[in-house]
Amino acid sequence: MRLYEFEGKRLFKEWGLPVPDGELVEREEDLLEKGKKIGFPLVAKVQVLKGGRGRAGGVKVINDENELLDFGKKFFKEGFLGRPTRAILLEKKLDVEKEFYLGITIDELAKRNCLLFTEGGVDVEEIAKSGRVLRLHIDPFTGLKSFLAKGFFAKADFKGKTLLDISDIAVKLYDLYIKMDATMAEINPLILTKEKKFFCADSRIEIDDDALTRQKGNLEKFNLPVREEKEREPTELEIKAREIDQLDHRGVAGRVVEFDGDIALIIGGGGASLTVFDAILRYGGKPANYCEIGGNPTVKKVQKLTELLLSKKGIKGVAVITNVLSNTRVDLVARGVIKGMLAKGIDPSKFPVVFRVPGSWEEEGFKILEKYGIKYFTREQTMDEAAKYIVELLKKEA
Amino acid sequence: MAILADRNTRVIIQGITGREAATMSQEMLAYGTKVVAGVTPGKGGQKVHGIPVFDTMIEAVEKCGGDASVVSVPPLFAKDAVMEAVEAGIKLIIVLTERIPKSDVIEMLAYAESKGARIIGPNSPGIICPEETRLGYLGGSNPQKAYKKGPVGIISRSGGMCTELANILTRQGIGQSTVVGIGGDPVVGTIYTDLLPLFQEDEETQAVVLFCEPGGKKEEAAAEYIKEKFTKKVVVFFGGRFVDKMPGMRFGHASVIVRPGYGTTEEKIKLFKSAGCIVVENYSEIPRVLKEVL
Repeated sequence: MRLYEFEGKRLFKEWGLPVPDGELVEREEDLLEKGKKIGFPLVAKVQVLKGGRGRAGGVKVINDENELLDFGKKFFKEGFLGRPTRAILLEKKLDVEKEFYLGITIDELAKRNCLLFTEGGVDVEEIAKSGRVLRLHIDPFTGLKSFLAKGFFAKADFKGKTLLDISDIAVKLYDLYIKMDATMAEINPLILTKEKKFFCADSRIEIDDDALTRQKGNLEKFNLPVREEKEREPTELEIKAREIDQLDHRGVAGRVVEFDGDIALIIGGGGASLTVFDAILRYGGKPANYCEIGGNPTVKKVQKLTELLLSKKGIKGVAVITNVLSNTRVDLVARGVIKGMLAKGIDPSKFPVVFRVPGSWEEEGFKILEKYGIKYFTREQTMDEAAKYIVELLKKEA
Repeated sequence: MAILADRNTRVIIQGITGREAATMSQEMLAYGTKVVAGVTPGKGGQKVHGIPVFDTMIEAVEKCGGDASVVSVPPLFAKDAVMEAVEAGIKLIIVLTERIPKSDVIEMLAYAESKGARIIGPNSPGIICPEETRLGYLGGSNPQKAYKKGPVGIISRSGGMCTELANILTRQGIGQSTVVGIGGDPVVGTIYTDLLPLFQEDEETQAVVLFCEPGGKKEEAAAEYIKEKFTKKVVVFFGGRFVDKMPGMRFGHASVIVRPGYGTTEEKIKLFKSAGCIVVENYSEIPRVLKEVL
């Protein structure tokens, strides 16, 4: 779960990290009053859950009241990069001498948390590629001790008080990272002012979704509402699909991403869904959705998912394709899909539909499919063949 | 020979009294796996399909022996279970549990590494050495239908695709030496570069198939390793090429997310090709390609 900049900075303050004086403006009418409190010039920053705000004009130095009102009016009204503006953060403009990047995240190859540091504010995306980045892998049982941090920054040519100050920031950031179950904690930029003081000018913190349960106390204490966010706003279909997947805790029938096509896909598991989606595209088909079924979902869940996917306008065919199933039962998937089709008034023996769902309980499953006159493939044919079949069938029907 | 395990490997199931773990244990026994004990704290003294259950790993190992364990416990108990197995001297630990907090994963991996134990997973479906042994749930209730002994090793980020790939090979008469589902999480204990050296050493294995996905840097590391050190044939297939066009969006496994210019399939494929691997566009082609090189 990604935090807003102002939420991250709230945590920074709690952990004793230096943050510029600031005011959070949640309503347009509070802009002027809060702006005057900070004093001009100030920096105004749109609060949205998107990277690259600076480049896209969401962070701006504001010199007077008129500029501030214009900035606020524009972003409160229009949102930013397709997202609603949550708030605008006003901060004192700093007298910058130097900018740095300081972050902690997981290195999947080393299988350790890793402290990353480089000079100059840079794009998050560029960080990993840049050869100039200094790294320190952290032993989880030792943690980031002060002497380790000092040794690390001494190598980056810090001396005297600035060495102690930046080491202290790294140690506190790691403590926050661990205690909050973060998977990313970035200060970018970390600013050194002409008076030789450090400030965390931005924050990017992501909390591990798999740790939200045990973080409940902290999330409440620091007023961090749990939310599920994606790169874009979820569509109505995606929201409904999520509700269906939460009907019960047995298996998965969801993770729907809506697309602009005419073939409803009921596919799974994780890797096979990716494979089938590619195959449909490769044969010239247009998927109406991505989804995943797996872990032996209930008949009801599969039925509701089928009904939902068929309710989308312009659906011309259905492809039910999975890898050879180990723990999901073929007969239950077949029952769910057929029930869903019947509930939508669709005769599965007449509508373009293909099944390629072999594996556990396949004999029972195939019997059901035969009973309803549905075209199916067995494990003797690949998922590619089933994908090709449905795409070509739809081309013929067109 | 297979890598990692064989018919003599003595296996303990951690969390054996859970519904799914109990079914899996029965299937493993039926496949010939030497399941010697189970552990569920608080349930010592019970039996599951004739397998004795103990409260602690130490006790299980003392009474029944044990070379490997399969962990199927709830996410917040997984770290403790894995560390307990390491402490009891287990050297191969297969973690099926998904959604374990990452900081727990990092701790348990570091602990295992410090004691010379190997962890596969978390979120792994397990491993199978066809006609020898199975640790985990690959192939479900009828693994013999999809898996057959032979010269091809498989490493996969997806559990389902392990069985799918083995199945299409078996249909074409090509058997497998060992099939490993490494788990779909960003941080897992064993990655391609940990397994390729074992396949390199294994006399039975003549070629390796990799099922890869977008996101992360594991494939990049694999390509580099293959280029420098791996001498057997490698066939690579990617699921999710379409994800390249949708940066920031997650599909399927937690690790499947690309950033602009980072973790794209396009870049990974380029590296595999320059390392001399055969990259197929269509996984149906894999048996034919293998027949040419075997």
